[in-house]
Amino acid sequence: MKKSAFFGTIAAATFAAGFAAAGTLEDVQAAGELKCGVSTGLAGFALADANGVWDGFDVAVCRAVAAAVLGDGNAVKFVPTTGKTRFTALASGEVDVLARNTTWTFSRDVDLKFEFAGVNYYDGQGFMAPKALGVTSAKDLDGATVCIQTGTTTELNLADFFRSNNISYEPVPIETNAEAQAQYLAGACDVYTTDASGLASTRATFEAPDDHIVLPEIVSKEPLGPLVRHGDNNWGDIVRWTLNALITAEELGVTSANIAEHSANAGKNPEVNRLLGTEGDLGGMLGLDKAWASRAIAVNGNYGEIFEKNIGVNTPIGIARGLNASWTDGGLIYSAPFR
Amino acid sequence: MNAIPDPDKQGFKFSQLLYDTRYRSMTIQVVSLIALLLFFGWLISNTAANLATLGKPIQFKFLGEPSNYDINQRLLDYTSRDTHLRAGLMGLLNTLVLAFMGCITATVLGVAIGVMRLSKNWLVARVMTLYIEMFRNIPVLLWIIIVFSIMIETMPRPNQFRSGEASMKLLDSVAITNRGVYIPEPLFSNGLGDIYLLGASSLRFGISLDLIALLIVLFVGVFVSRKIKTSADKIQNETGVRPTTWWKRISVIIFPIILVLWALGFHLGYPELKGFNFKGGTYMRNSLIALWIALSLYTAAFIAENVRSGIQAVEKGQSEAAFALGISPGRTMNLIILPQALRIIIPPLISQYLNLTKNSSLAIAVGYMDLTGTLMGITLNQTGRELETVLMGMAIYLVISLAISSLMNWYNNSVKLVER
Repeated sequence: MKKSAFFGTIAAATFAAGFAAAGTLEDVQAAGELKCGVSTGLAGFALADANGVWDGFDVAVCRAVAAAVLGDGNAVKFVPTTGKTRFTALASGEVDVLARNTTWTFSRDVDLKFEFAGVNYYDGQGFMAPKALGVTSAKDLDGATVCIQTGTTTELNLADFFRSNNISYEPVPIETNAEAQAQYLAGACDVYTTDASGLASTRATFEAPDDHIVLPEIVSKEPLGPLVRHGDNNWGDIVRWTLNALITAEELGVTSANIAEHSANAGKNPEVNRLLGTEGDLGGMLGLDKAWASRAIAVNGNYGEIFEKNIGVNTPIGIARGLNASWTDGGLIYSAPFR
Repeated sequence: MNAIPDPDKQGFKFSQLLYDTRYRSMTIQVVSLIALLLFFGWLISNTAANLATLGKPIQFKFLGEPSNYDINQRLLDYTSRDTHLRAGLMGLLNTLVLAFMGCITATVLGVAIGVMRLSKNWLVARVMTLYIEMFRNIPVLLWIIIVFSIMIETMPRPNQFRSGEASMKLLDSVAITNRGVYIPEPLFSNGLGDIYLLGASSLRFGISLDLIALLIVLFVGVFVSRKIKTSADKIQNETGVRPTTWWKRISVIIFPIILVLWALGFHLGYPELKGFNFKGGTYMRNSLIALWIALSLYTAAFIAENVRSGIQAVEKGQSEAAFALGISPGRTMNLIILPQALRIIIPPLISQYLNLTKNSSLAIAVGYMDLTGTLMGITLNQTGRELETVLMGMAIYLVISLAISSLMNWYNNSVKLVER
């Protein structure tokens, strides 16, 4: 009797888990919070302040999704993940969406069974070295000791770069950005390599950023973006179109300053009206309400505002828009139309 | 007289399985076993079915694909073009090297500390107690990280050797840097080369013929030396006078080895500062040294306790008898107490060796590329084969542990008290 009860419990638990896995949207709404995987700490992208409040470029994506789905940009549980643990965390359902400088690659999309919702930052792998070392090009690095975050695409690019240039190196694999920083500053490695944005962010936190240079070579393409589990297309659509809404808002000139005004009643531009739900019902097609995108944009502003506030030229990190300018300004940031 | 009534003449009935005390316990065990097997079967089939639904059925094809990543400490040849299987092998060898080095130093330290803890010298005994309590009661991960941080922060950088802020030790032969320690390496100018086994497969390896030659000479030397000892014993038995043989016994081992080393053109390769790092010599990375020191010190604390309890378990009468015979305390320990204590010390020592080996999987904390770092780390991450790599890793650790314990059990059997 006891045994059958035991098995019954297990079976029930399994079925419950099976149903729960059916719809991430329902799960998130039932839980009342979005579980968002972020980095363990990368200034400008995802960093918790002294009060434990997360802020940053990737964090803004999480907050926008939470605002669209739950109506509250603060209803997010941030789960810090390392380069190594992030995919397991997403695949196992520990997080609902992963926004952690993750490069969109074929094998991650197809073989690891994830769904990339788009690109929120076009990046490439670079190298940082102390100026005192006198290195001007990554090709001068023959025999250097290189600190690298393990479990990332940079690890593979690094091997390819040194092999194709016929130079040797000594890799020092490290779990998190903070440890890499400590080893680099202590001189346990000559060079630190990661995505150029990560280098800029790390360098900005140094006591003397000017003593370090980022070498001119960019050795890879690193399109970074948020991702979700494969198989829940509706949830994938929500994250994808939330990101698109932020991008489109910049293109159409919808900012955190004027969004209340635009959302209040339909204006002249039909695409703004569709985006903000004053016309049509795009939100209903996603299983959300009409004002979803309006709330998503209201949290942190549009894509351009998020960029400037967290990592733009006026912040300590000081990254220029470059490739990440809107397509109307000659960049690659481009959203499919809201129609 | 028979307490149990004669079996029922009508033959076996199924109800007996439950109501007959002779069969009942068997019935319960069989039913439990079936239930247990069903439970595991259900777990396995459930996992397999879920993975199949995810589109990730269990398969090991990824092992044959190029790994695309580099490993810093390689005991065999390896490049990023080699397979994931070979990358895993590199990790396994790194684990074994660490475990081997750690077990040896932990044993030496542990025995010394355990004996000293029983010292009559108040200060020595208290210092050793302090050491044991400190190391036993702080997680080993913290010891690993603290040793590593101390190395990184306090040792000189390689470029400080160029500017003269730091200098090499021991007649310019050893360089201690914050990236690791460079020591001279043995080189042979007219060596015999290597033989390569297993062709081009992922498990290929080369064996140095120089090493084999040296081992053969050493083995023959030891054999001859033993022969000399037996003949000396014989002469002593016959005549009562033992011939002086120590110089013969030593020279038959040492001289042939020196001769072979000379023939092979043995010399030392010294590390030299070139470019960013030292080149030449044997490079012991800071991660290896940190793990080695931390794991040795930590495990030594436990071994010391085993040694202490083993020694204290030897009856006091044994040492009193030895003292009564006028044997010095040092010789009493070596000849009378330790041989008896060893029988008690060895079984728990086995589990300390196993602990050390398993604790070596913390290596990734300092970036040491052991089995956990390669197969269950980067390979797992790049291929997304969590279940397969972790199962393989578990199987490998299990095999290592079983091998260590069977080896130690064999040794234990050879020293344990033979009872009649």
